[in-house]
Amino acid sequence: MKHRTFFWFFLPTALAMLIFIAAPIVSVVLQSLFVPHEAVLIETENCGPFGCTTSVVIDQEATEELRAEQPLGRFAGLEIYFDRGHLATAEVASAWTTSSSIGEFLGAVGDLPFYRAMSFTLTYTFVVTPLLIALGFVIALAVNALSRRIKGLVIFFSLLPMIVTPLIGSLILFWMIDSRGVIGELIQYLTGDPSLSLKASTPLMWIALIVYGVWHSAPFAFVVFYAGLQTVPQDTLESARIDGATRWQQTRYVVIPHLMPLVTFVALIQLMDNFRVFEPIVGFNASAHATSLSWIIFNDLGGETNQLSAAATTSVLTIIGVAILLSPVLVRTWRDFRGKA
Amino acid sequence: MLMKKTLLAGALSLLAGSAYAECGIESGRISIIGNEFPAIQTVGAGAMACASDTVEAKSNLTADHQKLNVAGMSGNPAEYTTAIIANSSIVALMNDDLIRPLDDLVAKHGDGLTKNQLITIDGKIMAIAFMANAQHLVYRKDILEKVGAEPPKTYEDMIAIADKIRKEGILENPVGGAYAAGWNLAQEFNNMFLGYGGEFFKPGTAEPNVNSEAGIKALETMKALSEYMNPDFLTHDSNATNAEYRAGNVALMNMWGSRAATLTSAEGVPQDVIDGFAISGPMTVGGGSTPASTLWWDGWTVSKNISDEDAEATFIAMKNAIDPAILEDPEVALQAVWLLEGYKPTDAAKGVYDAAGMKTIPYPTYPYMGLMHTALGNELTDFMQGKESAEQALKDVEAAYTAAAKEKGFL
Repeated sequence: MKHRTFFWFFLPTALAMLIFIAAPIVSVVLQSLFVPHEAVLIETENCGPFGCTTSVVIDQEATEELRAEQPLGRFAGLEIYFDRGHLATAEVASAWTTSSSIGEFLGAVGDLPFYRAMSFTLTYTFVVTPLLIALGFVIALAVNALSRRIKGLVIFFSLLPMIVTPLIGSLILFWMIDSRGVIGELIQYLTGDPSLSLKASTPLMWIALIVYGVWHSAPFAFVVFYAGLQTVPQDTLESARIDGATRWQQTRYVVIPHLMPLVTFVALIQLMDNFRVFEPIVGFNASAHATSLSWIIFNDLGGETNQLSAAATTSVLTIIGVAILLSPVLVRTWRDFRGKA
Repeated sequence: MLMKKTLLAGALSLLAGSAYAECGIESGRISIIGNEFPAIQTVGAGAMACASDTVEAKSNLTADHQKLNVAGMSGNPAEYTTAIIANSSIVALMNDDLIRPLDDLVAKHGDGLTKNQLITIDGKIMAIAFMANAQHLVYRKDILEKVGAEPPKTYEDMIAIADKIRKEGILENPVGGAYAAGWNLAQEFNNMFLGYGGEFFKPGTAEPNVNSEAGIKALETMKALSEYMNPDFLTHDSNATNAEYRAGNVALMNMWGSRAATLTSAEGVPQDVIDGFAISGPMTVGGGSTPASTLWWDGWTVSKNISDEDAEATFIAMKNAIDPAILEDPEVALQAVWLLEGYKPTDAAKGVYDAAGMKTIPYPTYPYMGLMHTALGNELTDFMQGKESAEQALKDVEAAYTAAAKEKGFL
């Protein structure tokens, strides 16, 4: 394609990307560097049904003046990035000097919101992604081997977890694992411990969240792999069979290598998605046991606190995290591309 | 056919006409955001009744109202023309300057409102209160009779009775508590902390002051109570706690007056739970005389970022919704401790009345209290799970609060 033609073809996409992706990111980065003005407080008398009390309120006129002078707020630079709610450099350093063992140090760091969220997010990402790829692949192989007549129906049912809204899906599972729910009671019966509760134990809650993650995302991998399976070269498979390859060998040496680019694709998308895990934490009411960067953003933006700068900073850190996660895959893709050219 | 259509149109216009006559609003937009307990449902429905051909009315009543109201009122024009709020949540709206003074509207349309209902801040009327609320004891008198106990007056009594109920094998987890991580857990701490005589901030400053003897004692009492709760307590908000009570799994709990009154009127509640249902005042703790509870009012505000026409329409509709005439319906009268003219306390109002009589402290209204509440909600969970000490948990609360307050310019 001529460069000129390419330019005109690409222009609408580029514009949309600029407006909907680049501009918001710039705005988020900008917001993370500024914080609200110093609050000007005035003492007031507040009266209501329980009598009058003296309290303080924010002086709106004075705040308005400050805003008019500096609409973006106070410039804070990277201050928010290093405060306790985010990278917490000072707290980590002091934990390092005061801890007598590595275990104590990790305990102190794990108590900080950012690192607590990261420990769950990374565990979730690196356990869920390979499991869902494996499960999706197995489902795809199984469905592919079915007779044509029931295939459509099975495909529909396999896709259901992805069709169900994530929040609803996690809520349903949340009710089932309640200590008075179907799965909760079953687990109590199986272990013979009537006081066992999934929601009261951090490890069990993590497992429940991971199981939910695999259940929810496996259909995506399945659909991609199933489409890929339709393009496996039949000649190669046939010659493998003539050479006496077993079913396992055919899968291992013909099918999997053929699907490898798709595995990269699914891994890329799912790493990105799982790193931003959010709905199951809200749906499972799991914030006492597991938090994620997205959950922190949501929490910071809640009405009574409304910490825009903190939320913006966490967003930037999330973007950086996703970029780091994807870098190996992206580097590989770039190399493949160079190799072909 | 044409005949039918004409008749229908005539009937509709009559309907619209009657609504117009009832509320007296010519035109405008009414859009409500608020919490979802029974009394607020009544008020919301009352305002919605003012909808007509020329008056657009919408309402969004949800437990997540505090996550939505600031954002929904920040635009110009604001999506919500009124927010139904409590003494805690009005602060966030005041901080961002999102609600308008109501003095002119009260002067014009406010006849029938009592002075009690006018919430004045710095001399300006900022909200109209319609009900009072507090958390207090709700119990099962049949179960307490079985173990030969009087309704507890202190949290220490509550723990002792709970222990008896468990030992006699009546209920495994007799105590209910809205201890869900986040807002609810923090609120239970606030109650206990005030009961032990704690002060949230160093006097005259925004410096945190929860890592104190009162704070540690409050946490220890909460821990002791949680031993008698359903092990899932960190996921139970007040709705889930009420469900446990309705199912007959709970004998003692600290519950909101606004939710307690209609607790057993839901469908499918067993007869012994309905018969055993009883309400008492808030409890004290640690030998103190101030109840371990907080006093609340609920009321409504009018958005600043809307046209005068919409503000007037909203004011009239909301005032119409809290007309003392609504108390004629006995079910409505039961729903809350109404601050309306002519309200006669029902039996269910005893808890909130006792709370007011016992000089319970109203929920603090400092502009930085929301930050403290959020920090408490996030940082106390490790202690409640036994993962860290009370001192460490409170140190974390203060650190989290300080980081947030610095960012928001309070420190």
